[in-house]
Amino acid sequence: MTAADGSAPALELRDVAKSFGAVRALSAGSLRVRHGSIHALVGENGAGKSTLVKVVAGVHRRESGDLLLDGESVDFTSTAESKAAGVAVIYQEPTLFPDLSVTENIFMGRQLLGAGRRIDRAAMYAEAERLFTGLGVTIDPRRPALGLSIADQQIIEIAKAISLEARVLIMDEPTAALSGVEVERLFTVARRLRDEGRALVFISHRFDEVFALCDEVTVMRDGAYVDTLPVAETDVDQIVALMVGREVGDLFPKTPAEVGAPVLEVTGLTSAGVFHDVSFQVRAGEIVGLAGLVGAGRSEIARAVFGVDGYQTGEVTLNGTAIPKRNPRAAIRAGMAFIPEDRRRQGLVIDASVSRNVAGVIRSRLARAGLLTQHAENHASGPWAGRLSVKTNALDANAATMSGGNQQKVVIAKWLATEPKLLIIDEPTRGIDVGTKAEVHRLLSELAGQGMAIMMISSELPEVLGMADRVLVVREGNLTADITRADATPENVMLAATRGREVSA
Amino acid sequence: MSISTDTEKTPAYPDYAQPLWRRVLLTREGAIIALLVAVILWAIYFVAYFGSQLTMTFLLLDIAPILLIALPMTLVIVSGEIDLSVASIVGLSSVLVGVLVDHGASVPVAAVVALVAGLACGALNGFLIAYVGLPSLAVTIGTLALFRGIAVGVLGTKAITSFPARWSKLAKDEIGSTGVPVVMIAFVVLAVGFTLLLHFSTFGRGVYDIGLNTEAAEFTGVPVRRTKFMLFLLSGVVSAFAGIYFTLRFTSSRGDNATGLELQVIAAVLLGGVSIFGGRGRLHGVIAGVLLIGVISSALRLQGVTINVVNIIIGLLLVASVMSTSVLAWVSDAAARRHNRSDRRSELAPPGVGNQER
Repeated sequence: MTAADGSAPALELRDVAKSFGAVRALSAGSLRVRHGSIHALVGENGAGKSTLVKVVAGVHRRESGDLLLDGESVDFTSTAESKAAGVAVIYQEPTLFPDLSVTENIFMGRQLLGAGRRIDRAAMYAEAERLFTGLGVTIDPRRPALGLSIADQQIIEIAKAISLEARVLIMDEPTAALSGVEVERLFTVARRLRDEGRALVFISHRFDEVFALCDEVTVMRDGAYVDTLPVAETDVDQIVALMVGREVGDLFPKTPAEVGAPVLEVTGLTSAGVFHDVSFQVRAGEIVGLAGLVGAGRSEIARAVFGVDGYQTGEVTLNGTAIPKRNPRAAIRAGMAFIPEDRRRQGLVIDASVSRNVAGVIRSRLARAGLLTQHAENHASGPWAGRLSVKTNALDANAATMSGGNQQKVVIAKWLATEPKLLIIDEPTRGIDVGTKAEVHRLLSELAGQGMAIMMISSELPEVLGMADRVLVVREGNLTADITRADATPENVMLAATRGREVSA
Repeated sequence: MSISTDTEKTPAYPDYAQPLWRRVLLTREGAIIALLVAVILWAIYFVAYFGSQLTMTFLLLDIAPILLIALPMTLVIVSGEIDLSVASIVGLSSVLVGVLVDHGASVPVAAVVALVAGLACGALNGFLIAYVGLPSLAVTIGTLALFRGIAVGVLGTKAITSFPARWSKLAKDEIGSTGVPVVMIAFVVLAVGFTLLLHFSTFGRGVYDIGLNTEAAEFTGVPVRRTKFMLFLLSGVVSAFAGIYFTLRFTSSRGDNATGLELQVIAAVLLGGVSIFGGRGRLHGVIAGVLLIGVISSALRLQGVTINVVNIIIGLLLVASVMSTSVLAWVSDAAARRHNRSDRRSELAPPGVGNQER
């Protein structure tokens, strides 16, 4: 590792621009990352963060502007060139070879060779051990990558980057799929790398993480640089205001709603090894938040209630009518709507058009004499897309081309079109930008106000506390707490989610 | 930005991003139809006898089984599955008709039995694929051998060649003196039915959803298993119908009738613009694809080109057509880019990029 030159920043971008056809994804991207610092890059979805990262990584070539590494102008035409120059990018979901060992993954394509050009496994294992020790983690270098958690996979990507002598590490939303303990470990590793003098860029939608980890923060909006601030001298409100360029107002605009009769009643729901004896009610006009750690069984309960998964014993009723198990169609007919966690794989037919998606559930109602026309679908889906302010240039636009927030709006539009009595929404705002987040929250509040029963699953504690009338906490497949809005605090929810559990790394 | 019931503020959307001509012409289907028209014109002017009525009659008689089976096959492939057992069902149906007629049954009775057998074959495929969850490629390779085995087992190496003249004549007959074979009536009826089913019904929308993303289809309430089962039933019964036609047209019932037909059908379906990965394709393209293959082989044979050369040409055409998807996408993309640069640049930019304030 060469000694850090005090004056020149490790990575600097000045007014970098990149367009895709008519779309100007990046108009004036600027970033200055010092050696030995962790730099946060924040902005709404579509602000150009990912494009900027891809320019640095050599995936895209910039059209104008300067890109400097250690004060020297560089121009990458491939990811191999950027890697050779000491830039490493850790993506949200690492792409390892699952059937190869951890060590083989680290040394992919540049295996250490021994006598007679034979691959020297012993040396590779030793080197991998050394890298992991340096990072302060324990992963068996001989085990296959298959079955490793996403957190461990990221650590392996980081180890790979370090073995490549990376001086600049860019982490693109690394914590999105990690649990609290895993995030802490990642942060420890990141701080260690910073103290070695490397420069880190950290992209995240979670402000608490930005404030916990980073030294400086750069805000981007609409493809351009807005401002860079030392983290110590700013606060969330200021960053949010810079990101959206306007006052967002309240992020959790919960208005009290008239709570009516029970809509959903779940009694004694059990699925061996997944959840056990789960009973709860959701009443009309009520938002019930399902909190808990990732993997506690929250989504599984929701899937069983909707009928995508089965269960052994228990009963689900909606407005007093029993809902058969393992039959989503019956649940939909009875008035249930389910917005799943994974938009791209479950929520949307991603390669179909906006109108086909929005009309997806209600289309049997649109058919006349058994005949369904595109015209009828457009006619029915247009107003719903409009009500949710979906941003698209036409109803036949492919949903895959839209931003995450817009896709979520399409999923919501599709289910609201069924005029459900119960809305189950799993991670309503995962991976969507602050502006849309507030919109989704306002919508949920408004729907509850109109008497809809809403069951919301969320891993973001502020969201649960901010939106729910009642918080149910799930721990290891059991309901461990039922806390009213007035009594719910981050402490008692977290306690119920973790009680009796070894909190260890 | 607010979600309100205020109708003034809710944006209205155009139904389509592209003008009609581009949506119609710059597609795989448009390209195949254009090619078909071009080949027909070339053949009429430059191939002796191609323009005669007799040529057309024989052309349609020859490709009728492929035309028929291509209809359900399109739906099966759009749903992301495949049915390789269709030609074996043709064979089995042919043998059943032959044996029953040979034992004194009337042709309509034999035909009904054959159709029921086709349904049963389709039900077996559909049950294993939709309800047991086995991959269709493996299942139908198995039933391809199974059904063919039964067909050959029943009749051995014999052939039954005597059928009531009334029926065998009907299979070759033309409508009035138009030169269009009677079997085309059945085809047109089925084609209209399948078009309504695939493009104008909730069932058809479900087929596309399954082909694009089975998991999302399930979450949306599409009856995935029932839909797949139905598709294989349709494939079985239409194949059996094609088998009956095949038998009467050639007045020959043999266990090895129509061997290899499944690949001709699949080739034509893919040529017509259906994606082998599912979720994409339209029936008019497939019909044009079948006709294109039929016209090319008929015209070339009239010119004295050997069947091997015809096969080479059709093979190359299929590869070229699969490649054309990406070429067309590129052309369409380039056209759109040029279009955007000249005017309304900002309106066409996808939302969320550079126009958050809108």
